[in-house]
Amino acid sequence: MRTTGYYPGCSLSGGGIELDMSIRALAGAAKVELREIDDWNCCGATAAHNLNHELAVALPYRVLSLSEAQGLKDILAPCAACFSRLKGTNVRLARSPDLAAHMKEIVRLPYGGGVRVINISEFVNMLLAEELAGKLTAPLKGLKAAPYYGCLLSRGEGIIEGDDSENPSSMNAAIKACGCEAVEWNFLTECCGGGLSMSKTGAVVELSNAVLSDAKASGADFIVTGCPMCHSNLDMRQPDIHKAGHGPYNIPILYLSQLLGLAAGLPPKALGLDKHFVDTGAITAQVDRL
Amino acid sequence: MTKTAALAEKIKKITGVQLPECYQCGKCTAGCPMAKYMDLSPNQIMRMLQAGTEASIKDALSSSAIWYCLGCLTCTQRCPKKLDPAAVMDVLREESVSKGIASPVARKILAFHKSFLAVVEQTGRMSEIPLVGLYKLSTLDFFSDLLLGPGMFFRGKLPLKPHLIKGRKEIKRIFSECKSGRRGK
Repeated sequence: MRTTGYYPGCSLSGGGIELDMSIRALAGAAKVELREIDDWNCCGATAAHNLNHELAVALPYRVLSLSEAQGLKDILAPCAACFSRLKGTNVRLARSPDLAAHMKEIVRLPYGGGVRVINISEFVNMLLAEELAGKLTAPLKGLKAAPYYGCLLSRGEGIIEGDDSENPSSMNAAIKACGCEAVEWNFLTECCGGGLSMSKTGAVVELSNAVLSDAKASGADFIVTGCPMCHSNLDMRQPDIHKAGHGPYNIPILYLSQLLGLAAGLPPKALGLDKHFVDTGAITAQVDRL
Repeated sequence: MTKTAALAEKIKKITGVQLPECYQCGKCTAGCPMAKYMDLSPNQIMRMLQAGTEASIKDALSSSAIWYCLGCLTCTQRCPKKLDPAAVMDVLREESVSKGIASPVARKILAFHKSFLAVVEQTGRMSEIPLVGLYKLSTLDFFSDLLLGPGMFFRGKLPLKPHLIKGRKEIKRIFSECKSGRRGK
């Protein structure tokens, strides 16, 4: 049985709780043990890198150091933003021994650089290659999915590996394995407005509208994401976007792990599919029909 | 070193970006999803840093542009000189706050980031209720997004009790060391 370190990140016990539920359920179905890093802290997110460049590295450094000390060599960070901050810290520490020494001084913990950070696409692709190979018993035939990478599953020098930053494809195999078609569309790497959701809502409404509108035009039945920020902007803000004179779209936003979970025959409720603002019934009905 | 040269040096030290390398192709601005909201475009910001006069630097640091930047990394990914405008924006934001010349546009954005970090400093993690509470107190913006609260609560997306990590003292110490201003390292 494979064991993987697990960094849920803060959103996954709040706004992004379905991502946590579906990742755990999927790992359970694949018989992969997720071992949560003991006493992990927030990665600092946008707030830290906007306001304090040392804090932006020191907070992820503590997480990486704890993982190493707890013997966790691979850690899954399902939230795209946490993944980017944690792996970005790994990349920066490897490039600059000065920075690594300075962080050791600030955080007062050692870190030898021996932790590999894995994102949701990589995790899902690993499961599909091994534990879940041939085990997707409930394919969602005939549905069209728009794979949405946004910023942090497509960009970042040294952070995103083995994919094309302008036309990424790391979710395609999983979408296909679930019996769905991945549509060709234009906004797969455009920003949803991210962390300005509360402070510049108007701009976020415009950016997220552009994503939803292109997904709709491409004929997608739903959008697939791996980021709680993207999820809440695209799912929760659909009424605001409608009020601003667009849509209505009523297009469900699924986490990649929820899609895989459905195709693996897991109950929608265990995947948190009842927690969305936009009803996911049209997608789950597809499984019920089997 | 003059004050303006010091900023270029700081940018180089933190981000590795050598400002003179930018040849003003404008690709950063062309791909920027927020350019239309900004008072100065990303390539203009880079140009003003290159000019390096006291006035041009002050304009860059007090621009709204640096706050509208989402850190989406499109500019960084596409820069033909492999510069990192998104990381430069981070340094400029930090500098603009420490000099007290942040654009009024930044008021709510800064309030959000500061509320976020205050919660992490005290508890070790972010949780929505204290974050939104602090943010609303500091902006006196009590009514926006009010209807999202119950919707989130009934979907189990608003845990009432924040999680307190064991290493809170450690986190507070890390915050205070990072804030203490052994900056530029």
